[in-house]
Amino acid sequence: MAALVTHSPILIIAIPLLAAFLTPLIGRLSGKARNVLVLGNLAFVAFLVFALTRDISVNGIRVYTLGATSPDLTIPEGVMVPVRIILEVDGMSMFMAIIWTIVSLAATIYSLAHIAKETGQNRFYTLLLLMVAGAYGMMFTGDLFNLFVFLEIASISGAALIAFRTRFADTQEGGFKYIVISAIASLMVLFATGLLYGQYNLLNIAALAKVMEYTTLDKIALVLLLIAFTMKTGMIPLHMWFPDSYTVAPASITGMLVITSHACMYAAFRVCFSLYGGISDTYVVGWIITVFGLLTAFIGVTMAVYQTDVMRFMSYHAISQLGYMWMGVGVGLAVLGNPELLYTYGRDAMAGGIFHILNHAMYKPLLFFTGGALFHVTGTRDLTKMGGLAHKMKWTAILYIIGTLSISGIPPLNGFSSKILIYESVYHFHPILTIMGIIVSILTLASFIKAFHSAFMGAELPMYKQIREVPVPMLIGMGILAFGIVFITLFPGQVSRWIIYPAADALIDQLSYIHAVMGVVP
Amino acid sequence: MEYVPVNFPFLAAALLVGISFYIIIFKRNLIKLVMGIGMMASGVNLFLVALGYRAGGNAPIYTEVPEGPMVLSVPQALTLTSIVINVAVLALMLALVIQIYRHTGSLDSEKSRTMKG
Repeated sequence: MAALVTHSPILIIAIPLLAAFLTPLIGRLSGKARNVLVLGNLAFVAFLVFALTRDISVNGIRVYTLGATSPDLTIPEGVMVPVRIILEVDGMSMFMAIIWTIVSLAATIYSLAHIAKETGQNRFYTLLLLMVAGAYGMMFTGDLFNLFVFLEIASISGAALIAFRTRFADTQEGGFKYIVISAIASLMVLFATGLLYGQYNLLNIAALAKVMEYTTLDKIALVLLLIAFTMKTGMIPLHMWFPDSYTVAPASITGMLVITSHACMYAAFRVCFSLYGGISDTYVVGWIITVFGLLTAFIGVTMAVYQTDVMRFMSYHAISQLGYMWMGVGVGLAVLGNPELLYTYGRDAMAGGIFHILNHAMYKPLLFFTGGALFHVTGTRDLTKMGGLAHKMKWTAILYIIGTLSISGIPPLNGFSSKILIYESVYHFHPILTIMGIIVSILTLASFIKAFHSAFMGAELPMYKQIREVPVPMLIGMGILAFGIVFITLFPGQVSRWIIYPAADALIDQLSYIHAVMGVVP
Repeated sequence: MEYVPVNFPFLAAALLVGISFYIIIFKRNLIKLVMGIGMMASGVNLFLVALGYRAGGNAPIYTEVPEGPMVLSVPQALTLTSIVINVAVLALMLALVIQIYRHTGSLDSEKSRTMKG
């Protein structure tokens, strides 16, 4: 057991990767065996993630050096700097991994029924597992170049999954947009990595952070990295591709793509806090992120209000919700250099932003799944053509209501607990942030009620007389996420104590991150 | 001491990346867009290789190496990885372009658009 935990950082990445290439082989023999393999594999990874989380909450940051005689031997003898690829897992990484493990499991169960009628399912599950491995890699790696590689793995498989249903024209377009944006973003990451490597001859994030001098080239690298990662998360000036890609993907994949965009957000946080946290300009960077986060939240929701395509409408809401997280964590970054302000409200703002990631990762995939369920039974995504579906789809309607109340921040649901944490803390930074945040929340509620009304309420339409409730696996997939929402709603204090504040502290505490790799300087 | 134009590759890399940005933003043909991304990848790869170059250096192979400086091996490893990844990306992009052409009969990014708003 101890050995399993020691090696789990690499196992969590390697097991889905191995299973991804086993999937087509076993899928040739039997489809059932393949499904069992995929689910069993993800369940085992979930077990490892929870075991590792417990270990890290007790023992602190865990490093894993690939290719070394012992995993914690980060710096080889006779060398001053880390030369091997190092996985570095701290509270924030584990927080993201927990989200990813829950959502990927729910999405896979949902896929069992949602894509049951499609051809090429072996390839679907192969790509799905590759995406799982890629995103885990992004969350765990402590190496800039490695981050680029995992970003590409997640992006390529994501784009292929968006374009999976090749019989529709729009899926091809969405997949193409996604891969273009991902390619540009990852080349920018690679360019920035080159800029940093050229100066310091280092690729490890912790080692770079230790010697960072914040020259002009470092500033250029920071800008490139931030533009790349914010582009991948759909922050507002670079959001055009986001709804197009997210709308057309199979609903289970849309739910997972939400988390890969969170993984890019995590990478941006890693860059801002762990790599550039020691510099003096965090105030400026934090302000920029906060302002763009505010714009993202507001413009995203205003564009969502008039959408009639159910998935597109939810995609714009996803953009808008991502704005809240940027806002919360941006405020924390702005006051990072000032311990007094940081512990008055900055840490709470960050915790609010991070808590919102967790909540968003529960309710947004849930809403996308219900949107996919509507598409599954009606064959259209157009809200104006739907109506009266609650008569036949009671469970979907209930799950949709849970997601709606949660995303709008209705007390006492989980969306409320993170939003109130953001509102209260960013108010001290600048009151306008809170005011805009509340306006965005109201618009969110209004538009979701409108969508609920047009899809579920009203008399039964004649063309939907024959429909039935969606298959059980889809309900289970949605149910897992709804259970997550209910759990966080019931125990917000415990959840924030166990995983939210440790994650925020892991970002703030740059020195521990450096020391875990470089050793404590005597 | 003879003049070695060490900065020249960096200028070339910057030029490649700049031109490719222009192509990606302003060209409407999807194939040209894919070519733009290919060029951008070449620019970044050139930048990485140029980073590791040392004037008059030898190849970083440790057996029977002649005296003198050695070029850095890490950027070359990075470049190889990045080339492989970019092949995959470009192949996927071209496959999607073929599919888009099949569905819409056009490679013009304005005409083949199905989604707006």
